[in-house]
Formats: sequence, C-alpha cells, structure tokens
Amino acid sequence: MDTTMKQAVPTSKATRAAVMSALVWGLGQFYNRQFVKGAILLASEIMMLMYLIPAMPQAVWGLVTLGDTPTGRVKVGKMWQTVHGDHSIFLIIEGLITILVFLLFIWIFVTVVRDAYRVRTTIENGGQENNFIQSLQYVGENKFAHLFLALPATGVLFFTIMPIVFMIMLAFTNYSMPGHIPPGNLVDWVGFKNFSDLLTLGTWSETFYGVLTWTLIWAVLATVSCYFGGILVALLIQQAGIKFKVMWRTIFIIPYAIPQMVSFLIMRNMFNGEFGPINQYLSYFGLGKLPWLSDPFWAKVTVLLVNTWVGVPVTMVLVLGVLTTIPKDLYEAADVDGASAWQKFRAITMPMVLYSTAPILIMQFAGNINNFNVIFLMTGGAPANGDYQYAGSTDLLVTWLYKLTLDNHKYSIAAAIGILIFIIVASLSIWNYRRTRSFQEEDMIQ
Amino acid sequence: MMMGRKKKSIIRLTLSYILLGLIALTVFYPTLWILMSSIRPGTSIFSDTLIPRNPTLEHYVNLFTSEQFMYGQWYLNTLKVAICTTIIALCLVITTAYALSRFRFRGRKTVLSTILVLGMFPGFMSIIAIYILLNQLNLLDSHLALILVYSAGAPLGVFLVKGFFDTIPKSLEEAARIDGASHWTIFTKIMLPVSKPMITYVALTTFVGPWVDFILARMVLRTKENWTLAVGLWDMVANNSSSSFTMFAAGSVLIAVPITLLFLFLQRFLVEGLTAGASKG
Repeated sequence: MDTTMKQAVPTSKATRAAVMSALVWGLGQFYNRQFVKGAILLASEIMMLMYLIPAMPQAVWGLVTLGDTPTGRVKVGKMWQTVHGDHSIFLIIEGLITILVFLLFIWIFVTVVRDAYRVRTTIENGGQENNFIQSLQYVGENKFAHLFLALPATGVLFFTIMPIVFMIMLAFTNYSMPGHIPPGNLVDWVGFKNFSDLLTLGTWSETFYGVLTWTLIWAVLATVSCYFGGILVALLIQQAGIKFKVMWRTIFIIPYAIPQMVSFLIMRNMFNGEFGPINQYLSYFGLGKLPWLSDPFWAKVTVLLVNTWVGVPVTMVLVLGVLTTIPKDLYEAADVDGASAWQKFRAITMPMVLYSTAPILIMQFAGNINNFNVIFLMTGGAPANGDYQYAGSTDLLVTWLYKLTLDNHKYSIAAAIGILIFIIVASLSIWNYRRTRSFQEEDMIQ
Repeated sequence: MMMGRKKKSIIRLTLSYILLGLIALTVFYPTLWILMSSIRPGTSIFSDTLIPRNPTLEHYVNLFTSEQFMYGQWYLNTLKVAICTTIIALCLVITTAYALSRFRFRGRKTVLSTILVLGMFPGFMSIIAIYILLNQLNLLDSHLALILVYSAGAPLGVFLVKGFFDTIPKSLEEAARIDGASHWTIFTKIMLPVSKPMITYVALTTFVGPWVDFILARMVLRTKENWTLAVGLWDMVANNSSSSFTMFAAGSVLIAVPITLLFLFLQRFLVEGLTAGASKG
C-alpha cells in the first residue's frame, strides 16, 4: 500500500483499481477487464472469509486463555454425564492453523491490491492488460521459482514450522503429567518457569547440567574419533604402494551402507554383558568380562566405540576425495628439499585436509549433539542414574527429551530442553558460517 | 642407502596391510556374526562357536509363516512407504533446490536462512504436534501419514542438491535460453540429466529412511499389521530379545542385505554425492 502513496505519476485510476480490490478482491481486476482472474479471486476471498470470520475470534480467545472449562462429569438427575469442556492443546493447534490462514489471507490481500494497481498503470500508459492465458504464461516465465517453491513450502509450513512453533509455545505452559493433562485438566501459561526450573531448581538442574556435560563430552569425542579415524583409514589406503585401493575402500564403506538402526541393534547384542560374543572372547583369552553396557563408564566407552565404527566411513570418503585433489608437485618439491614422510604429512597433507573439511567437522559436532539413534538403540540411556530425573547415565539431551515427552508426558519441560538444544546448535552453526563464509560467498563459484 | 629405503618401505607396507586387515576384520565381524546367528538353531544369543554346527534356515521361514511376526506384511508396508516417499520427496527436493539455486528473487536469502534454522531444531521436537495434527486429519495408523510427514520434511535437506546445482555452469542454460527454451525445458532437458549422480544419492538416502525410522513410525502405526520393518525389528529386540534373538538376526539380515547391496552398487554416486555436499558445506 505504501508504494501506491509514493508513486509520483498521477494515476488516480490505478489507485481506484487498488482501492476496489482492497474492498473486495477481484473488483479491481474486473475494472481492469481481467474477468477470469477477478472471478477466481472473488471466490477465494469468499471461501477464506467464511472460514476466518468465525474462526479468528475463537483462535485469539483460545490462545490467550487456553480454555476455561475442563472436561468433567456432571450429575444430571441420577446420571453422571460427561460434559466436554475446552481442550487447551487442541485450542493451541487450531489457533495456530487459523493464524497461518490469516497470514496467508494478508499476503494474498497485498498481492491482489498491488496487482490491480500495476495492471491499471500499464493500461493507463497505453499498454494492454493480459488475458488469463497470458497471465499464466507470465507466471510461468517470471515467477517460476515461486511456482516451484509453493508446494514444498506448504508442506514445510504445516509439518515443520507449525509443529516447532507449537513446541516453542508449549515451553511456556505447564502441559505436563500429573495435573495438567487435557481433557481432564486445563493448561496455563507459566512464562519462563520451565527454564528457571531447568537451570536452577534442585533435581531438574542437577539432571540438566549432568546430561549437558555428557552431551558435550560425547559430541567432542564422537566427532574427533570419527574424524581422525577416517583420516587414518584414508591415508592408509592412499599410500603409495598399497594395492587394491578400490577393494579396501569398498570394504570400509560397508558400515555406512548397512542401515544404522540394524547395526546398532546388532552391536547392542554383541556387547551384551552375559551372552555377547565380545565378552565370550575376553573370557576365552583369560580376561575378565567387561560390563560393556551396564556400567556407567563402560557404557559410555561402548557407545563411543560403536559410533566410531559407524561414523568413520563418511570421513574416509570425504578425505579420500580431498587427497586426490592435492597437487602432486607439492610432494615432489618436498622430496627435492629432502623432507621426511612425517614432515610431508605435517606440512602438506594435514593442512590441506583440515582446510577443506573443517566446516564438516563443526557440522558433525552439531549433529553429534543431536545424535539420537546411537544412544537410544544401544543403551536407551541406561544404566539408570539415581541422581537424575527421568534420565540415565548415557542419556544425551535429545534422548532425555524423548523420554520426557513420550514416556513421562512432561511436555513443557521437554519443550524447554528442545529450545535450549536449539540455542546450542544454532550458536555453533552461526559461528561456523561466520568462519567459513561459504554461505555469503556462495555465488562466487559458478 | 637404496637398500635401506626399500627395506623401510617394505616394513611400512607390511604394517599398513596388517592395520588394514585388522580394520577389515572389525568391519566384517559384526556382519558375519549376525549372519551366522541367523542360521543357528535355537533362539539363544549364546553360542560356543562362530559357525553353527547344524545350520538351518528355519528362522527365515518362521519370519514369514509365524503368527507372531508378520514379517512379509511389514516388508510390503515398508516397501510401499519407501517408494512413495522417495518419489514425492525427490520431486519436492529437486524443485526446491532448482528454484533456490537458479533464480534470484525477493526473499530468497530468507528462505535459505529459514531452512538452515529449521534444521537446527531436534528432529522429533515437533513430534507431539505432528501427532495431534495427524489425529485431527484422521490419519493415525495409516501409511499415508508416514508418507506425508517424511516427504514434507524432505525439502529441509535441500542444501546438498542446491550445492550440486550451483556447480553447474550458468552458461549452459543461458545458451539454451537464447535458443528459446523455457524454464521447464531447461529444467527437464539440461539440469536433470546433468545431476543424475546427485539425484541417485538423494533418492537412495530417502529410500532408506522409512526402513530405519522407528520413532515416528512407532507412534503413528498402532496396529501390528500396519507396522513397518523398523518398528517390528525394534519390538523384537525391546520386548522379547532373549526369547527370539535368532529371529531378530534373520530379520536384520533381510533388511540389511538389500540396502547394503544397493549402496555398494551405487557407490560411485554415493562418493560423488558425499563429496559434492562437502565442498559446499
């Protein structure tokens, strides 16, 4: 609308078209003699308003109050009857959907008004309005990207953005077992209480800091072990004189090719303390059995080992790619200068590999913070830890979040943890992008 | 001098081969063990020899005939979900990537940053909301729900494909534009054929998704005959691992073998895909 005001050219007819479209969609388009377009717009406004006019006040009321009467049983005469009250959680979701539709409405509104204005300006300047077919062709040629993005954007909006907004909202409510589970009870807004509980309140904060510490240690060790393991294997294969390079590479890719879930479940059985083959071999060689999964320390070692087994191939493939791009003459020059193998590795290979894989390293670190599968499938967070609330010794923040949500129905605290994880991962990633700047300079490679 | 060097090189190579051999052993051992377990008679995880004395295929037969495991049904379910998801997700990812890589429009940077930010939330943080949404849509316990959610999430993985499209020279399509080709023609006749390795890679990783996801699948699919393999396999380990370990072994072999073979056959694309994704971050 601003642009209509600023336009210096006296185009009162264009403004008239814009105002007409603002009052009723399509009216301005009729005025511009674009009848098909106008009819479609008119129909869509009627449909959207029929939904929005009753839904909007209900949505605002629902989101503000989260309902005022819980579902309960009332005695009518001699019979108890269930009276359906307000379901706070459905109120949030329905409210969110209504607001999304409302935003869509605003967006179409602005577009329609602009369109009416623009087309009229063209007509007044002696141009010809597009007929419907021409309009479609125009969209196909000039709005191709928008056309391509429309469907994926809708999917992401409803199945990713809306749920995330919903969970962010939950973090500020008391939606949790016991006492605040609809339909029997109502849920209320509680502000930052969940966050302050997590960060300062006795048992919650103890669990949070304990799990957070292990999550960070895990992420560092898991990333480093896979990274250097991968580099080692790649260097071994790529050495001068090693035969059957392709065969070795194929063998070492196998752990990546086996579905992770299957590998983890197999490993869980292999490391079984009583019957697993690993302990069988240990006792065969006269060594004692190790509590691979039942002792807090050894359980951590086990998940790290298994994660290395699964994670090395990815780094190996990446590093093999980098190694082939290092110019041979660098090494030849080093040979002339009489450099030893170790010196060549320190001064040429390692810097080149580090330089091209550093961004991946940070992203793998961020990924490991959220590495759900390995912990959940290997130990399920066990062994139990008496000091923790609903978490075990090997639980990461994500697996704790999962347990709180699906097993214990402490949705509000879980949502708060989710937001804290997001903050950690996001700050890491932003720092990473700042450093590598590949994001800003993406157009340079063409 | 020459001799010394040669000797050194022989020692180095021998050590390397030993190391490579050891690593290969740790790679092969778990696979070998599960394979052997799956043909071992009885149900126990314990065995005093790696290679069973009286190998049997009864567990494989049982998987498909026993009332308790509807393995065949789960296999078909998973295949159905995986194929539908791959097709839909592929279309969505490729079109998104193409639009974001090749067009400069208002809000493009915003879209890119939004995708980045969304990827930083823990994946199943939204699972409760999705559950309620599916409940409202009356889609719980249906495969359509899984296909919908998997495909709708796919465009978030767009960076890999976009990075690949970015490396295709602009001059290629500019030449076609001059010859009067429309965007659609350029997309289908130039971009798609050139990006076959990347598309194969994305298709493969998407296809594997439904085979291994049990979090969402377990929550959405309530009745046993609707389960996917991942849910069934997880159930075998979580609920009756001691009584049916060898069945689990046979079950995992049947999941792992086709997918592993698929990966190994398409290894070239895999390597290209991984490396392309890496160079662009």
